[in-house]
Amino acid sequence: MDRNGLEKQCLEVRRLIVKSVYEAGSGHPGGSLSGVELLTTLFENFLKFDPKNPKSDSRDYFILSKGHCAPLLYSIMAFKGYFPVEELKTLRKLGSRLQGHPDALKLPGIEVSTGSLGQGFGVAAGIALSLKIDKKVNKVYALLGDGELQEGTVWETAMAASHFKLDNFCAVIDSNKFQIDGSVETVMGVEPIKQKFESFGWECVQINGHDLKQVDEAYQAFLSHKSGKPFLIVADTLKGKGVSFMENTEKFHGKAPSPEEFEKAMIELGEKAL
Amino acid sequence: MKKYLALREIYGQKLVELGKNDENIFVMDADLSGSTRTVLFKNQFPDRHFNMGIAECNMLLFAAGAAISGKTVFASSFAMFETGRAWEIIRNTIAHDNLNVKIVSTHAGISVGEDGYSHQANEDIALMRAIPNMQVLCPADALETGAMIEYAAETKGPMYIRLSRETFPVLFQEESYSFTPNQAKVLKDGKDVTLIACGRMVDFALEASHKLEDEKISVRVLNASSIKPMDSEAIIESARKTKLIITCEEHSIIGGLGSAVIELLSDSYPVKVIRMGLKDVFGQSGKPQELFKFYELSTEDIIKTVKENLQ
Repeated sequence: MDRNGLEKQCLEVRRLIVKSVYEAGSGHPGGSLSGVELLTTLFENFLKFDPKNPKSDSRDYFILSKGHCAPLLYSIMAFKGYFPVEELKTLRKLGSRLQGHPDALKLPGIEVSTGSLGQGFGVAAGIALSLKIDKKVNKVYALLGDGELQEGTVWETAMAASHFKLDNFCAVIDSNKFQIDGSVETVMGVEPIKQKFESFGWECVQINGHDLKQVDEAYQAFLSHKSGKPFLIVADTLKGKGVSFMENTEKFHGKAPSPEEFEKAMIELGEKAL
Repeated sequence: MKKYLALREIYGQKLVELGKNDENIFVMDADLSGSTRTVLFKNQFPDRHFNMGIAECNMLLFAAGAAISGKTVFASSFAMFETGRAWEIIRNTIAHDNLNVKIVSTHAGISVGEDGYSHQANEDIALMRAIPNMQVLCPADALETGAMIEYAAETKGPMYIRLSRETFPVLFQEESYSFTPNQAKVLKDGKDVTLIACGRMVDFALEASHKLEDEKISVRVLNASSIKPMDSEAIIESARKTKLIITCEEHSIIGGLGSAVIELLSDSYPVKVIRMGLKDVFGQSGKPQELFKFYELSTEDIIKTVKENLQ
């Protein structure tokens, strides 16, 4: 998909995120909105998958380690044909396949259930190890939050991925600078992320996570790198990107908009409310 | 004279045997491969054995990932660290997604001995038993260990197998033994009291039962090697026959085999159940035999408990 197409798609994904969280009455819009360009670009232009055959041997693996941003993943999956867009209205409701955090047993296309932070990253690395041992060419991608890096197992995984030279593994940090209790810097600083991972033996690039050109180049860099190291994209992003009052604050980390806020958000995203 | 074998040695040998026929088997360890004996597999199949370093949580995350990509993964460390430290990963990722990861922990219970409380997991059965989808197995001798490892390899889904540091006496013979999942075998019939035991305590229970026979006390002994799922039929039948049940485990009386028996009988056939185990305390350093005596879990303690409760 070209730049124009991606821009439109990203806007549409943002609308679906806000709509589905509003419908659910709860959920995590802030960190979903910050990762839109990162994940839309991946699914549109890089990730190999078949919604009709989600367990296909030739697929690449994507794991949403920041599982609370399920509305982001679900919106993109709906577009890609894993399930009807209409189904997004069932998010977080009893009996829905769209659980509050991704559930691999309920929704085909989810590789592993996530929600407990840090775990998806380690599982993704384990998949990468297994693929590498079997000399397979499939790639593994994981999306993490910056606050998530406070989990200790993240660093165990970072160490092991480097030790086993998992160059088929690409981790993306959606560094939106906020977590539920406040700014990452004030809660428990994680910077400098890039240098930390470099010292753990990773190949790293740092980009603006909303600049589609930079996002595209970062994934290209992963696919062409020959360092023999696991690959990290540190993406500087804006929490709540696209909805002015959700931007740059922890306020909408885990909260749905009110009816008034929803109206305002949809107008900002170029659409009249439902 | 009893013959003794180390269950963890059998575990390592069985892994090698299975690895020869199944390239899909991965083995992971957290810097204890010499102690857990997964080193035997490592020596034969270095490409399929992964030392994950002193990082049990990450080991089980990698195990989950390998299982997702189609591997049968055996992951080992000491019971304390593997089931304790990594519990939430086992719960949220491995058990919830029903992944094919076999958690085979060694050095469970007080028989770890001299290393003391920090290395003696007396809560691991409780921890694993509380998780949906998780099978919990605890073998009573070497032959049973081998059979369980085979069963684990051929059965999809998460499983916890509890092994010990100590050597165990050989209880079963190849000709007459077969492992049936979910079954508690009656090792000795009796009508006055039933001893339901697991792991090392099975031998103590059998010894006690023979000595009690000399005093005309008829003791039934069950090997509850499948702690979850539990053989409810065999246990309810025992409750009907003997009216008194004593559970024997090298584990806390909270949440382990004894608790499982009480939960079952309380619902279906209430009789008096006495739980022998660690009475809500931590272990300490000492020789295994000294510790079994100190915590009142020796053969003599079983005999005493039977007599006290039959009066």
